[in-house]
Amino acid sequence: MTDLTGKTGDGGIVLAKLDDVINWARLSSLWPMGFGIACCAIEMMGAYASGYDLDRFGIIPRPSPRQSDVMIVAGTVTFKMADRIKRLYEQMPEPRYVISMGSCSNCGGPYWEHGYHVVKGVDKIIPVDIFVPGCPPRPEALIGGLLNLQEKIRSEQTLSGPKGIQNLLAKNKSAAV
Amino acid sequence: MAENQIEYIYKEENLRTSEPNFFKEKDLQAGEMVINLGPQHPSTHGVLRLEVLTDGEIIKDVVPHMGYLHRCFEKHAEKLPYNQIIPFVDRMDYMAAMNSEHIYAMGVEKMLGIEGTIPKRIEYIRVLVAELNRIASHFVAIGTYAMDIGAFTPFLWLMRDREHINRMLEWVSGARMLYNYIWVGGLFYDLPVGFEERCTDFVNYLKPKLLELQKLVIDNKIFIERTANVGILPLDLAINYGVSGPCLRGSGLKYDLRKVDQYSIYPELDFDIPIGEGKVGTKGDCWDRNYVRVQECHESIKIIEQCVVKLLGEHKRTRDFDPQALAPKKIRPKAMDFYIRGESPKGELGFFFRSTGTYDVPARVHGRSPCLINLSVLPEISKGVMLADLIAIFGSLDVVMGEIDR
Amino acid sequence: MTFQEISDILKSTIGDHFTTDEKQVLQPQLIVPADKLKATCLQLHTNPLLYFDFLSSITGLDNGVEKGTFEVLYHIYSIPFDHHIIIKVLVDRQNPQIDSVTDIWKGANWQEREIYDMFGITIHGHPDLRRILLPEDWQGFPLRKDYQVQEYYHGIKVENQENNG
Repeated sequence: MTDLTGKTGDGGIVLAKLDDVINWARLSSLWPMGFGIACCAIEMMGAYASGYDLDRFGIIPRPSPRQSDVMIVAGTVTFKMADRIKRLYEQMPEPRYVISMGSCSNCGGPYWEHGYHVVKGVDKIIPVDIFVPGCPPRPEALIGGLLNLQEKIRSEQTLSGPKGIQNLLAKNKSAAV
Repeated sequence: MAENQIEYIYKEENLRTSEPNFFKEKDLQAGEMVINLGPQHPSTHGVLRLEVLTDGEIIKDVVPHMGYLHRCFEKHAEKLPYNQIIPFVDRMDYMAAMNSEHIYAMGVEKMLGIEGTIPKRIEYIRVLVAELNRIASHFVAIGTYAMDIGAFTPFLWLMRDREHINRMLEWVSGARMLYNYIWVGGLFYDLPVGFEERCTDFVNYLKPKLLELQKLVIDNKIFIERTANVGILPLDLAINYGVSGPCLRGSGLKYDLRKVDQYSIYPELDFDIPIGEGKVGTKGDCWDRNYVRVQECHESIKIIEQCVVKLLGEHKRTRDFDPQALAPKKIRPKAMDFYIRGESPKGELGFFFRSTGTYDVPARVHGRSPCLINLSVLPEISKGVMLADLIAIFGSLDVVMGEIDR
Repeated sequence: MTFQEISDILKSTIGDHFTTDEKQVLQPQLIVPADKLKATCLQLHTNPLLYFDFLSSITGLDNGVEKGTFEVLYHIYSIPFDHHIIIKVLVDRQNPQIDSVTDIWKGANWQEREIYDMFGITIHGHPDLRRILLPEDWQGFPLRKDYQVQEYYHGIKVENQENNG
């Protein structure tokens, strides 16, 4: 896929692996669900705005989870919010990714010691792909996290089936055994 | 793999047991609906759940559910020394962190009895950064409000101007948003060399931008149609609820704690207090509240100019001035109860301290959150409006969930 | 008007049930018995000389298990006359109850719900007493001094695990 211009020639025909093309399509238009909880949400909004534009990467915030690819959990996850986050995650269609932005959703953040109502890390509720550290992380750090996610998607094996069905099959097999 | 760490157990009734609906289905009359504006919504004000009982499109009742961001600030404050609580105070109202820190530090200094010995230069720097942060907070309020109404451009323009303020405050304190800069008895660092000149440049850059904002948003016919005569908050209702800040001033009362309590060096500064007069609608509607916020940005610019003049003149920097050395190492006030209040961009932010006199750790810190009180007015003023007006009213109250839930 | 004058007016209209705490020098407090709270607040709100129309904050406090009391403090201001007063009510720990002032100042509604949520003090006469900040199925009242955090909530371990650090 890197020397695309050499392959197109006059006819406009590209030869590439299907995996590469699908991965390239997915990573170039990651649409996050706008899910800002706390202070990190403001830095996320700052990343969407014109100073650190995210639209140049094809990233547009979508209001509904059913239309989004990636969920950026920005802010402290509390126990009251935990049920709702799980529900929102279940509502996203596959392939879906999760970025945990900020210390609070990575590990509980500054509230790890005495916070009785703070979940110590959103990975206790949903599986996370990328952790972005910071309190709050700079918009450049969030952009770095999204680029890392793009690299992760670039190396995926998409034709091997969606993860949800695979997990279910594996569970049934281990239950049968 | 991350899969192993997942501990959450999914049960069908988890959502209902943790936050049950206020309106029961069996009590609904004909034509009524319960609509849930859940904790995740594209309006950018944070995690608040509004349960709306509607008769068709007209709203009959609104019940806000909060607590989705309850981070146990008061429990942390019972376990940490006074100066280590300042980062948590930042994260309460994260839009206007400098103002919260300023009020908190003032409270502890008054308890220690050292508020008369703080050098004037430190006081002027505190007011300077607090007013810069006030402008930044109002920008986000107006920008996201315009985005809720449907206009995307003001948000981008205001975030661009807010980036300038973020960069200046990062130059001062090291962080863009949550500063931990104003310490009890002093500051973290002195202002960097050249900061006052950059402030003057910024103020000259911002003045035409505020006039642009006035033309783009406040005098915009569509904005006026959406917000005039909507969400009228009568003055006596506002005072009875304890509403403060731009919401109270939008209803016509000239009440600003910077002039009433006369704390810090505000008595030496010359600024006006804008109020809502019902120019394009009724007094106390959404348009008035936003108008008050834009005018307050003008007043903050006046304050910043006066502070810069003083910081370059009478109280200029000297070689041996070290704000960190002036902060007391042992913060142990005598046994007392103390309540300090100040004017944050959202309203009257208050802190109640109880110190035992024997420990460095307070026995109790309670944050009086202006956003919580302002939000409690929402059910009253949104009866009988349409659903789109509810978004307009809610946005004009300018709430920050970190402060409501603490 | 000073604190002494305000408490004199209250004493003359309601009776001498009040005490003050001598240690509080910076901000004097008026200690009101729990059964006189409603009458005192009504007097503060409606007396034309006092006219306390702005309830700023309601704070709850736990004095600890040995002393066995809670305290509830009311910070009330008067906007036209620029008075301020602090009312303190001592509540028994075994049976914590207090009257609601919601019908005098509507802003007390949510603040009293928060006191119920954090301390477990039952408010009489409150129109809608339920938890405001914590989930409905949370066990315990967190800001009490003898609060033990529950082990699990919906399957998630609440306390921080040691090896996570």
